[in-house]
Amino acid sequence: MLRELSNDLNQGVTPSPPNPPSFDGAQDRLEGEGLRRRAFLKATATLSAGLVVAFCLPVALRRAVAQQGMGAAMTSPNAFVRIAPDNSVTILLKHSEMGQGIWTSLPMVVADELDCDWSKVRVEHAPAAPAYAHTAFGMQMTGGSTSTWESFDQLRQAGATARALLIAAAAANWNVQPIDCHTAKGYVISGAHKASYGELADAAAKLPVPNEIALKQAKDFTLIGKPTRRLDSKAKVSGTAEFGIDVKRPNMLIALVARAPVFGAKVKSFDAAKAKAVAGVVDVVQVPSGVAVLGKHFWAAKQGRDALAIDWDLGAGAALNTAGMRDDYRKLAQKTGTVAKTAGNVDAALEGAAVIEAEYGVPFLAHAPMEPLNCTVEIGKDGCDIYTGTQFQTMDQGTAAAILGLKPEQVRIHTTFLGGGFGRRATPSSDFVAEAVQVAKASSKTVKVVWTREDDIHGGYYRPMWLSRMRAALGKDGKPAAWAHTIVGQSILAGTPFEKAMVKDGIDSTSVEGASDSPYLEAIAAHRVDLHSPASPVTVLWWRSVGHSHTAFAVESFVDELAQAAKLDPLAYRRELLPKNSRERLALDLAAEKFGWGKPLAKGRAAGMAVHASFGSYVAQIAEVSVDGNAIKVHRVVCAVDCGPVVNPLTVEAQMQSGIVYGLSAALHSELTLKDGRIEQSNFNNYPVLRLNEMPKVEVYIVPSTDKMGGCGEPGTPPIAPAVANAVFAATGKRLRQLPLRLA
Amino acid sequence: MKLEVNGKQHEVDVPADMPLLWVLRDVIGLTGTKFGCGMAQCGACTVQVDGAAIRSCITPASAMGGKKITTIEGLSADVTHPVQRAWIEADVVQCGYCQSGQVMAAAALLAQKPKPTDAEIDTAMSGNICRCGTYQRIRTAVHRASELMAGAPAKEKSHAA
Repeated sequence: MLRELSNDLNQGVTPSPPNPPSFDGAQDRLEGEGLRRRAFLKATATLSAGLVVAFCLPVALRRAVAQQGMGAAMTSPNAFVRIAPDNSVTILLKHSEMGQGIWTSLPMVVADELDCDWSKVRVEHAPAAPAYAHTAFGMQMTGGSTSTWESFDQLRQAGATARALLIAAAAANWNVQPIDCHTAKGYVISGAHKASYGELADAAAKLPVPNEIALKQAKDFTLIGKPTRRLDSKAKVSGTAEFGIDVKRPNMLIALVARAPVFGAKVKSFDAAKAKAVAGVVDVVQVPSGVAVLGKHFWAAKQGRDALAIDWDLGAGAALNTAGMRDDYRKLAQKTGTVAKTAGNVDAALEGAAVIEAEYGVPFLAHAPMEPLNCTVEIGKDGCDIYTGTQFQTMDQGTAAAILGLKPEQVRIHTTFLGGGFGRRATPSSDFVAEAVQVAKASSKTVKVVWTREDDIHGGYYRPMWLSRMRAALGKDGKPAAWAHTIVGQSILAGTPFEKAMVKDGIDSTSVEGASDSPYLEAIAAHRVDLHSPASPVTVLWWRSVGHSHTAFAVESFVDELAQAAKLDPLAYRRELLPKNSRERLALDLAAEKFGWGKPLAKGRAAGMAVHASFGSYVAQIAEVSVDGNAIKVHRVVCAVDCGPVVNPLTVEAQMQSGIVYGLSAALHSELTLKDGRIEQSNFNNYPVLRLNEMPKVEVYIVPSTDKMGGCGEPGTPPIAPAVANAVFAATGKRLRQLPLRLA
Repeated sequence: MKLEVNGKQHEVDVPADMPLLWVLRDVIGLTGTKFGCGMAQCGACTVQVDGAAIRSCITPASAMGGKKITTIEGLSADVTHPVQRAWIEADVVQCGYCQSGQVMAAAALLAQKPKPTDAEIDTAMSGNICRCGTYQRIRTAVHRASELMAGAPAKEKSHAA
């Protein structure tokens, strides 16, 4: 399965969005018959079969989808829409809701084209099935800030197709032409005839799917682009929303796993006698990742795990120290690594020039979603049911099937709400799902494996530790004439099924994104971005904004240093370096205008800025800070974002606020360190994150845009750390080049 | 031992040191109260005991005899508590995992201080971590809940904000 996936990825994955939709493009398709429509459909078909498959749902799955939840009376015109006799419209979400708001914004897209009654819209996570594959990545997944743009056209088609079928059913019923029918809020109307979607759904489902579907013009959108409140609020403020950790199954036990204390350690032997003596402990089993204690409830399993005696073979991981790793990284950075991007003769241009040099570092970080990892596994006679909050359904399904000797379709993934993801619930190895399957298999019990916060902080799959060595020489005009950026850090993709497609010529594209494609490089005659990818036993993973979480800090801090060296205003300097009319520059201009850049600030306050593009969106942020002793306080952040056409402005605002808070935790507080192979932090007491009393006033402004649609989940995160660091410099004259920012 | 949760009596057979959180979740079956840290650092497990917000992850169930425990499920019968209404109106939630605790902490604050200042909100709510970063909308919503409690009319019911 992984090989197949790898092949799919080879065909499907490009580092940049393949063809994000724009409203302009949608209008072209409306006109329908032009070359552009055909070109688009062809392009989509080569990326994956998603668009087509979605409308050729196998009968068995169609029935399964129809029956899930609401009984056989439901009718499914396609894989994404289900209409019930009570006129409720259920939209099946192929992506996972983890806070980013797609539970609302994606149904808005379907409902707009379907022309149904928004108050009757319900949402469910779709099962794991090929129909729900990501149109760019070829597997069912949520990540890379892609959900809205990758499914925008697909969901419009789904809504419009369902509407066309309902009209066709009504027209046949009334013996009128479809063109003489119109729809309004869940009804088809023609003259004196009026029928609800619920009445028509059954007949509509029996009709052939039309070849050509007319989509709305952007000016006719009733939902898309309108601020729309979330559909999951009520469940989430009343305790009824079901997260993975809340799942209950018959005869289910709770398991905690004692995992390796250092990376790569293996169990030599263990004594379970004391664990088994704990009241409520039912079983103790060994699994590849450690030793699992199964109990009647969490507390019993936890007490039992604490009572285990395990002798570990620690292995080479016990020698790891982050201080030593950083020294090694520093030495590596003195040499040019594998070149990711270059132009001109950088070494010659730096030779003999007044070189400005700086080194930036960021630590290992845990994602620390509020809901600790968990996974419930129920193995039955005809397959296996997995209940969990995951970002990677296809991977998890394949991995579980391989462990159990089943076909992937015998593994049914039930996606719950995710109590935060940030990348941690998208593991190429399906670590937390695979482990739970192993526990269920070894114990022959239905089991929910629950991680503690300490398990999460110690459990690896971290944002890698990174080091950037940057050098530049300025020309007479103060602009950089030469730029050398050496990056050192572990590859996230090495050893995963994604390696083949996304690591090219020794460059993991996620290691250098935001650096090798920096818009500043265009105007610099001699530039080079190169990479060292040292291996280590520490498991690493994408963490909200992936490579941009370190490259934006290095690049935007260094540009600020160059502005200072050139004795130029940071805004004016960036404007000079950025291409005219670039989306970065337009976002920066809007942020500067809204902030009032250049106007005097309150006493003791200083401001810093950063602008960075990631995941197809362009974000500028200006932070206003004060420094009291060694304490940094962020008072205000002005954020301008160009993410192309907007589906729900409330979501965009929320995601920018969210990205800023996540980035501020990393900028001001969070750090993981290894000593003798052991992670020194364990919980929120020593792995602090931003709290409400530290929340700055965040103002979000959306750049009006008809350009390509980008993402929103991640692009708010990269600029905040350099913006704050640059503001701290403006306040104190001290350049802080290591995250978290510390004045002492 | 006997526990009174949301006005209902429960007889549970659990170890004396078992935290209230796990009795609520794994024994009584009220899963609205969440586990986030297990050491009173994050507030996800916040419930009210005789009206005061407490962290159920470090509170032994055996200390709850004769006290009235209110969980998120018992805050209102139909999601109409002013804090819940304000949260929905201000579109606060994201992943939602911390929000049971946030709502219970805010409701306890407003019961004590019907018109809290920003500083009082900061003090009362800083023990509740939200990794999605809903803090700004939480501040707005606490003020809005205060208005609703004082009898302010609800905003229009359409989907638009």
